[in-house]
Amino acid sequence: MTPPAATASRLMQLDDYVPILGVQEIDDLRALAGRLTGRTVQMVNSTAVGGGVAEILSRLIPLMQELGISPRWDVITGGNDFFEITKAFHNALHGGPYDARPQDFETFLAYTAQNRQRLSFDAEFTVIHDPQPLALIDARPSGKNHWIWRCHIDLSRPNPRVWDFLRPYVCRYDGALFSSPEFSRQLPIPQYLFFPCIDPLSDKNRELTADAVHEVTGRFGIDTDRPVLTQISRFDRLKDPVGVIQAYQIVKRYADCQLVLAGGSATDDPEGAQVLAEVRAAAAGDPDVHVLDLPPWSAIEINALQRASTIVIQKSLREGFGLTVAEALWKKKPVVASAVGGIPAQVIHKHTGLLAHSVEGTAYQIRFLLSHPSLAQKLGEQGHEHVREHFLITSNVRRYLALFLHHESHGRS
Amino acid sequence: MNRAERPFEFFTASYITRIDNERAQNLGELRAGLAHCRDASIFYHTFQALGRYHFLTEGFSNDLAQWVLASLNRPRLAEQLGSIDVRSYVDLTGLRQDLVRTVDEFLRAYPTAADVEAFEPFYFCSSAEVLVALGWEAWTLAEFRHYLERMGHGSFHFHFLVSRLRLQLHSNDFSVWFKDALGLEHLARLTERIDITTDTIDGAKAHLLRLIDRELAA
Repeated sequence: MTPPAATASRLMQLDDYVPILGVQEIDDLRALAGRLTGRTVQMVNSTAVGGGVAEILSRLIPLMQELGISPRWDVITGGNDFFEITKAFHNALHGGPYDARPQDFETFLAYTAQNRQRLSFDAEFTVIHDPQPLALIDARPSGKNHWIWRCHIDLSRPNPRVWDFLRPYVCRYDGALFSSPEFSRQLPIPQYLFFPCIDPLSDKNRELTADAVHEVTGRFGIDTDRPVLTQISRFDRLKDPVGVIQAYQIVKRYADCQLVLAGGSATDDPEGAQVLAEVRAAAAGDPDVHVLDLPPWSAIEINALQRASTIVIQKSLREGFGLTVAEALWKKKPVVASAVGGIPAQVIHKHTGLLAHSVEGTAYQIRFLLSHPSLAQKLGEQGHEHVREHFLITSNVRRYLALFLHHESHGRS
Repeated sequence: MNRAERPFEFFTASYITRIDNERAQNLGELRAGLAHCRDASIFYHTFQALGRYHFLTEGFSNDLAQWVLASLNRPRLAEQLGSIDVRSYVDLTGLRQDLVRTVDEFLRAYPTAADVEAFEPFYFCSSAEVLVALGWEAWTLAEFRHYLERMGHGSFHFHFLVSRLRLQLHSNDFSVWFKDALGLEHLARLTERIDITTDTIDGAKAHLLRLIDRELAA
């Protein structure tokens, strides 16, 4: 499959969100922002394109601008050696093995010093995203500015050597933002809960016509007259795709359903390709199991598959925040998911979905929802409201505005 | 139409959630945490939970009851914690005492439950409130109705529910203004009866709009 021709996407404006949120919530945003008019905000991360952080910032910055704030987005630079080290740091902070050498830390600090020289840090509120630019706190000017560290990764089980190196930098910030309480650490600075977000107007989440959904399901040979169970996730053992097939096989004894496992391309990931092969073997030629290895430009396809689903599954063994859950809830789909990572924040058990802790539990919850469609519908509708309140890009803007106002009124910690 | 002696000033409240450095892995630890956590934490898990999850109208009352049910599978205690109506409290001290007493009574009846490990830990969090004036002032009931219709969830939750902690009254900002500034005692009383714990914020707001329309038509 080849990527589609690039299309110019229009930048969303606040008024575009009025039909989704109501004018009241936009009024509230404007009122909050009114106290920050003209104030300068600097966001710093390590990449301008690709990845969730860049995607969020590319939508956040224009909305802040429209609200009268003066945001700036800076991206740090570095050689391959820097990014290899920060990638290793990233994996180590997630708990992976990493035998850090002293020169790794020296290289990290040398590139930090280069970025300190290259960038200016005169904003009233500076938000540093993730560990790559963390040591830029050395560049903090004296004065009344506020520095916040936004950690998008799970720090619950970090590699001690890497964490011991980074922790003193973290402690010099005025506050740290985490996506889940589970991801945070014991720190002497205030820590705040900052959920990641989805954009309801993006290709992955915007409304689709029934014809558009039908076109996609038809292309993949999915029969929409029978229940469709779907898990969207890359082919990774931590997402437990084989466990999903086992749960489906239990459900299949009771209900004539299909399973869609749709994930990112595995072509550049040797382990992903291996997992994909295991998944295909586990499916054992069952024509009702659709294993879809999708390319990265499949936002519309993912949107359509989620919308065509009867139940969406996220049976991860370990998870970051798991925004695919919020995407499914936004589409009013009942979700059965594991209680790991950020999922319990999205799936409030028996209110916005059902949590499970095993293959058998997942199968049982799916069977329960298939035989109680009105409850499934209610969970989906309440899940939609939950996302509207907490996991949309506009909620993210509101959180940042509130954070800036709070820090301003309480001074530097 | 009555013109008030003082206007009703509309505010909106936003909350940022602070992750406190404490978690409970079983009921005994929850009890200990409830006894000494900050008032802002009691507020977050009770008053603010109602605002965060206002769209849940059935079987959800506060974070504690939800955790006891979903992570400890203790429906009896969950029911007891969930039936604690935050509207009965004008300060957080009394609310904290009743939460602790409820857990204590359960542990007296089921002492072995104290150490049973939960599926997921309970993370104590707390709220920091950011209050902003919307710049709207109502001098008459009709003007009040106009702005009420435009009021967001954060504003309604603040004036209707959180206000009782500030006022230290079993009432709310709306009722106090109706009674004291407009002399509309009956409307004030009917407004106090709106049950936000079993309705959504939108539902409660629609209820109040109906009461005002009736008053305006009288």
